[in-house]
Amino acid sequence: MGNKKMKSKKNIDGNAFLLLITIVLFFAMYIIGVIAFHQQGFGKTQNFLNLFISNAGLIVIAAGMTVVMITGGIDISVGSVVALTCMMLAWMMENKGMGAIPAAVIVLVMGLVFGFVQGWLVAYLKLQPFIVTLAGMFFARGMTAIISQDMISIKNEMFLSWAKYKIYLPFGGYVNRKGVMIYPYIYPSVIIALLVLVVVFIMLKYTKFGRSIYAVGGNEQSALLMGLNVRKTKLKAYILAGFLTGLGGFLFCLNTCSGFVEQAKGFEMDAIASAVIGGTLLTGGVGNVFGSLFGVLIKGTIEAFITFQGTLSSWWTKITIAALLCFFIILQSIFASAKAKKKK
Amino acid sequence: MEKLKKITSYRLFLPLLCLAIVLMINIITTPTFFQISVKNGVLYGYIIDVINRASELVILAVGMTLVVSSSAGTDISVGAVMAVAGAVCCFVLAGGQQAVNAYSNPYILGFLAALVVGVICGCFNGFLVAKMKIQPMVATLILFTAGRGIAQLVTKGQITYIRVDSFKLLGANIPGLPLPTPIFIAIAVVIITVIILKKTALGMYIQSVGINSRASRLVGLKSTMIIFLTYAFCGLCAGIAGMIATSRIYSADANNIGLNMELDAILAVALGGNSLGGGKFSLMGSVIGAYTIQALTTTLYAMSVSADQIPVYKAIVVIVIVALQSPEFAKIRKKIAGKFHSEKAESKKEVA
Repeated sequence: MGNKKMKSKKNIDGNAFLLLITIVLFFAMYIIGVIAFHQQGFGKTQNFLNLFISNAGLIVIAAGMTVVMITGGIDISVGSVVALTCMMLAWMMENKGMGAIPAAVIVLVMGLVFGFVQGWLVAYLKLQPFIVTLAGMFFARGMTAIISQDMISIKNEMFLSWAKYKIYLPFGGYVNRKGVMIYPYIYPSVIIALLVLVVVFIMLKYTKFGRSIYAVGGNEQSALLMGLNVRKTKLKAYILAGFLTGLGGFLFCLNTCSGFVEQAKGFEMDAIASAVIGGTLLTGGVGNVFGSLFGVLIKGTIEAFITFQGTLSSWWTKITIAALLCFFIILQSIFASAKAKKKK
Repeated sequence: MEKLKKITSYRLFLPLLCLAIVLMINIITTPTFFQISVKNGVLYGYIIDVINRASELVILAVGMTLVVSSSAGTDISVGAVMAVAGAVCCFVLAGGQQAVNAYSNPYILGFLAALVVGVICGCFNGFLVAKMKIQPMVATLILFTAGRGIAQLVTKGQITYIRVDSFKLLGANIPGLPLPTPIFIAIAVVIITVIILKKTALGMYIQSVGINSRASRLVGLKSTMIIFLTYAFCGLCAGIAGMIATSRIYSADANNIGLNMELDAILAVALGGNSLGGGKFSLMGSVIGAYTIQALTTTLYAMSVSADQIPVYKAIVVIVIVALQSPEFAKIRKKIAGKFHSEKAESKKEVA
């Protein structure tokens, strides 16, 4: 009995506590939103689903970011890669007359290759992940400008049909003024995003690869002594993240249906912040993709606040996210130092 | 052969070589590169332009070198801090208005405000890195993204113009002097920094903290304080650079001041032969690196590469330099060299 009690106490350590804070914070913010913006319909089911619709790409990218961050690395190139993805999609379909399917495949492969190169540099040449992905960030943004300096809008019918295909949910509807029942809807991108989330979650939790990612991030030296191939694991993590960034960029593009140089600027911040807010440790070894989902949802809620409020400028989103990130990394740091003291 | 080795192992060999290559390319593509003409007592020419334009970068590189040396990380917020400093300066001078033809507040107040803001930003980064022990790049990433947002808030999302002649002096020519002002400021910053580092033990402390912060602490150095100070100093440098950039265009453009400067500054440090892993540093190397990069940028502009596209080439150069510096690469090189040597030895044996 006493043993069990101790165990359950041990389970709620700093990291789980951080995740708990995040989940509570999200619900608290949402409830505040519902109360404050009651008249504008903040509490509608559709509004909640919009959080997923507008952030489908970010959910996928944050999942990839979480994987990389668990290995102890980081990827700050994602924002630029998203811009590159959108630009490539737009350019291939509009200027080269490619079909939507081959364009999508090429973009995904591009993400994979990008992840491979960065992963190789990090894992095999042991360069600092930050420097590598910082260069990657400028490289991808520059490539976007090389492809086209002007904005390209996507008019490909197939692509637009993907983007506009509404899936109505059979519940949560309301009756509008004309007496017609209106059901809330989602786009296919949301389903893809959630599917990816579940797959990555299962992979991290139940496969050998997933466990070795945690092992490498927890303590590289130990993992090496245990006989894990640290380099290969890291490389694979970056490849996976690269692929997910490509996919996330594709989903992002379904929302914007255009490609331009300044697109998705500061996106890397959103992804990193989502992961950190969701309880992923910057030092590696700890993290959970569902935590990152809540991180994304918090970011979405802040954006929704600003939209509903109407008078605040959009920079507030960035500043708030940065402040939140700052708050959470300081919390992490405090927990870490408390833990270190305990050990002594 | 021995002599060649001695020359190549000289600390400033790599940066000087790079500078020489870039200048050579320039001479070939633009024969008038080194021509300097005098108009109204002011010197004009490509080379003057390069040195002039490189001023902000030199100042940033000085701060960045110390940060890299002490904390083995880089400050990626410098570009954004420049924008914030410029925005705050214009805000103070314009008294919150959008465009003014006369100062609302004394010039010195705006100047000091910009520097103070830079230092505050630097202190914020330093606090996160030194005190909270957060990886430098994550800590500075916060200001990297939020900084421009803050600058936008200060300028209310618009470009603040200050159409006063004395405001332009910092970014243009002071009457009577043959060279643009930024050059003098950059040189002054470098000289003051060198004096501080050489005349006090600070330079030594920074290196020792960078090489082993734990050991330095045990020896009695305040590692935390030293790292904090380097970040604060880097913020100050960003503030000065921001002032120059703002003065050049006599307006605060929150979106474009210092854009992509962080990469240039890191590149300057790496190109200067400094390891991004911290420890020993050469300030002169970084300064030469900064001039090299500006020369490179000017060359690329001359080859009609647009400003948006330039980062592609710089990113590749960064990766190549960092890869060449990495110990893993040295291992691979040794392996290949070892193979080559053993093959040579074997073939010699066969001959015998």
